[in-house]
Amino acid sequence: MSNFKLVGNKVPRHDAWAKAKGEQLYSDDYVMPNMLYGKVLRSKYAAAILRKVDTSKAKALPGVAAVLTAEDVPLNEDITKFGQMRDVGGGFEGLYKVLAHGKIRSKSEPIALVAAETEEIALEALKLIEVDYEVTEGVFDPREALKEGAYVVSSEDQANLIMETKVEKGNLEAVWEECDLIVENDYCTSPHDHAYLETEGGMAWLDENGIITLRVGTQVLEHYRTIAKVLKRHHNQVRNMSIPMGGGFGGKEDITVETYLALLTVATRRPVKMVWSREESLEAHAKRHPEYLHYKTGVTKDGKILAQQASIVMDGGAYTYLTPWVQMYSTINGTGPYRIENQECVSRSAFTNNTFSSANRGFGATQVNFAYERQMDEIAAKLNMNPYELRLKNVLKNGDSLSTGFIPEGHIALTELLQALREKMEKTPKPERLPDGRKVGRGIAIGQMSYGRLCFLHDSSRVAIRVELDGSVTLRAGVPDLGGGQASVLAQICGEELGLPIEDVHPFIMDTHLTPLAGTTTATRQLYMSGNACLVATRYVKDILAKKAATLLSCQPHELTFYDRKIFYTNDPQRSLPFVTVVGHVSNDGELLFHEGQFNAPFSEVPDLTNIKGRILPDMTYTAHGVELAVDEETGQYELLRIVAAVDCGKAVNRNSCEGQMEGGAIYNQGWVMEDLAWDKGITRNNSFATYLIPTALDAPEIETVLLESGGGLGPYGAKGVGEPADNDICPAIINALRDAIGVSFFNTLIKPQDILKKLKG
Amino acid sequence: MAELLTLTLKVNGEEKTFQAPAHLSLLRLLRDNLYWEVKCGCEEGDCGTCTVYLDGRAVKSCVTLAHACAGHEVWTVKGLGYADDLTAKLQKAFVECGSIQCGFCTPGMIVAAKHYLDHDGRADRKAIREAIAGNLCRCTGYQKIVDAIYNVACELSNNDLPHNSKLKTQNSRLGLSGSPLGGVAHE
Repeated sequence: MSNFKLVGNKVPRHDAWAKAKGEQLYSDDYVMPNMLYGKVLRSKYAAAILRKVDTSKAKALPGVAAVLTAEDVPLNEDITKFGQMRDVGGGFEGLYKVLAHGKIRSKSEPIALVAAETEEIALEALKLIEVDYEVTEGVFDPREALKEGAYVVSSEDQANLIMETKVEKGNLEAVWEECDLIVENDYCTSPHDHAYLETEGGMAWLDENGIITLRVGTQVLEHYRTIAKVLKRHHNQVRNMSIPMGGGFGGKEDITVETYLALLTVATRRPVKMVWSREESLEAHAKRHPEYLHYKTGVTKDGKILAQQASIVMDGGAYTYLTPWVQMYSTINGTGPYRIENQECVSRSAFTNNTFSSANRGFGATQVNFAYERQMDEIAAKLNMNPYELRLKNVLKNGDSLSTGFIPEGHIALTELLQALREKMEKTPKPERLPDGRKVGRGIAIGQMSYGRLCFLHDSSRVAIRVELDGSVTLRAGVPDLGGGQASVLAQICGEELGLPIEDVHPFIMDTHLTPLAGTTTATRQLYMSGNACLVATRYVKDILAKKAATLLSCQPHELTFYDRKIFYTNDPQRSLPFVTVVGHVSNDGELLFHEGQFNAPFSEVPDLTNIKGRILPDMTYTAHGVELAVDEETGQYELLRIVAAVDCGKAVNRNSCEGQMEGGAIYNQGWVMEDLAWDKGITRNNSFATYLIPTALDAPEIETVLLESGGGLGPYGAKGVGEPADNDICPAIINALRDAIGVSFFNTLIKPQDILKKLKG
Repeated sequence: MAELLTLTLKVNGEEKTFQAPAHLSLLRLLRDNLYWEVKCGCEEGDCGTCTVYLDGRAVKSCVTLAHACAGHEVWTVKGLGYADDLTAKLQKAFVECGSIQCGFCTPGMIVAAKHYLDHDGRADRKAIREAIAGNLCRCTGYQKIVDAIYNVACELSNNDLPHNSKLKTQNSRLGLSGSPLGGVAHE
């Protein structure tokens, strides 16, 4: 393992040139002969009863091919699935409704679908659909929704409570009295949009055998099963020949356009294209769960945390979707990456008439990361203790158990990360003010986030390798690529093992009919899961090649090295054979150099939700971030001057991709502090990029990334996943830095200049 | 149906004649004619994914009327990559620096970077950030994009390659400036 040629380097991705040259096609970049345009009619109100939908005028409009409502959907109601191989039960799968009937639960809930000859006609048809609403009051705050007598959001479920979860350790009540200081605070987090630059879209058509064929970029290829179920077809009657996404971040984890397209193409027997506008995307797709968190922490005067209690209320929005799963992440990470003998975290999630909440990079771990890291700074301030020292005193170390009692197999590098961060941040002394008079502040935060899915989902991945007769390799995997380099890293691993340059390995990805199912591109799992499956497949064919080469070179298979398109006798590199020659010999023997490798995550059963114990997730990745900023006390404007992002990635398989995740994640988390959807009784007031302001290159500071490579991960070569862990720490670090600069505390994530001014003026 | 009007313009060096309604944006005209490399991220001039080179400057094609471009010269990243050394250098730098993740902002970003370097842009990270502030990227945090443009800027100043200094520097962030609607600074 010492002489990596591809692994660990800044290898250009296999698809980088196509993207640079403008050759890469996305979901919106196809047309077909005889194609129709699909549009969705969405609710005007956040809370209402849908009395009647009259589509007759729309259907009569020339150029309209189909108008569909709930009654046209073969199976309009089912449970939400997210590509898992098993139904988990226990309230984890909620109601999935294709088109609205009964109560309208949120603005932009889909009511009808239209397919027409042109986009203009389809839009015109939407206006001709007459919807009779009975507007109702609605509920928009989950804390209100959980009160007795609150407005009931759904017509199907009895209550607004989605799920209640609890994790505990030790005996809280017994230790409060021993604490020298108890710090208690309320926090709240904003909804957060993914704001990928490519909106949701794609195409569907029926192939010559009537198979519903989709070309839709999605993080979850396995949704084809749900689409089939909705249309009452067999699973093998739906194919998604998917395509790379222009960003996902969890927002393309739920079904987007797929079922609508499938319904319209079946109804019209013509190809249909649907692409959501930016407004539609911002209003209709899932958001990061807003959470209301209460923290109570007891410490000794020298900074040892004796007890921490967290209670959380999550806004699930209109439908269940991934809320229970996200809630697991919030609950078990609630007290942070700290060694606390006595702790408890209780979470409740509720329906409201807001846009539904679901997956967003960080998946529930991000909200609690904000709260526990703000709490740490409040404690440090009260104890007059250095924020690094307070954390170093309490962080988890190898051998410590997580909140559920589980002791991770992977390395816990928090101490090293904090030291590395401190070294970078304190290289230069902090100036009190910049020459222009602005006050300077520094803040830090650390984080814990898993890679790999919840163990009770029984996750698995498969990757197939076929060595061609000319020595090139075709790699097939149902890996959706959303831009993180999910496919390219597999080519890199395969090339590394077989001693081939990356360009010799062609990854063919994400086609439900043609590629082995590799599972979802979610949960920071592809490098861990599919990377390991790729190793299994590659090493299988490598063994065959090594045995053959050993015979030809008169040595033992383990004495061989694969490198530079050759197979060497390691101790005498003069004795070698071209890779392709050995391939030819194996082929002459009638053997195919092919293997489909599978990797299974650790399996567990659904825990007792009132007392969660054991291995809930495979392993954790740890991060530490620092921020330096300048605040203008006259205007309340603040500017990030720099970010230091430190992570133990185990092994940086592709250094560029790994750094890229850390950098992108840092700015994504920075965005949480400035992005405002301006929800107003279920209406998204900021529904464009002119008002929902994501960071530009001017907002983003220079980022210094520190990659610690402990080798202590469960992925290939000891790697850990970094995609979601990267989206932690910055938001609390910014707010901690504001406190450092101007001495004011904020307990929410969204901070605008006027909020700062208001605080400064007391 | 809106009336179709004829317009002729040069796209990637080729003279082309199209039929398009008067209200059609340059973005829609290009995409309707299979120039898929011009991406549509918001269609309101906010995100920059649709940025093309019009008469020597970067403009947002979604807020530029197609008919206003009649008789003018439009280049997309695809055409520029083959015809223009600077664009080819930028593409190579983007590939090597890891500046490309999902790739959806890349075609517009490279055109914005070309505009900057074509108009006396220097190896100055802050100035580079200003120049691409109208082009959003959600994946990279901009770090490696700035790296790539910075590297090419350094290479240009080392080699002292002639810059296209005949054209005035003008901020193209709003899309209209530099387009035929905003007064073109070409000869």
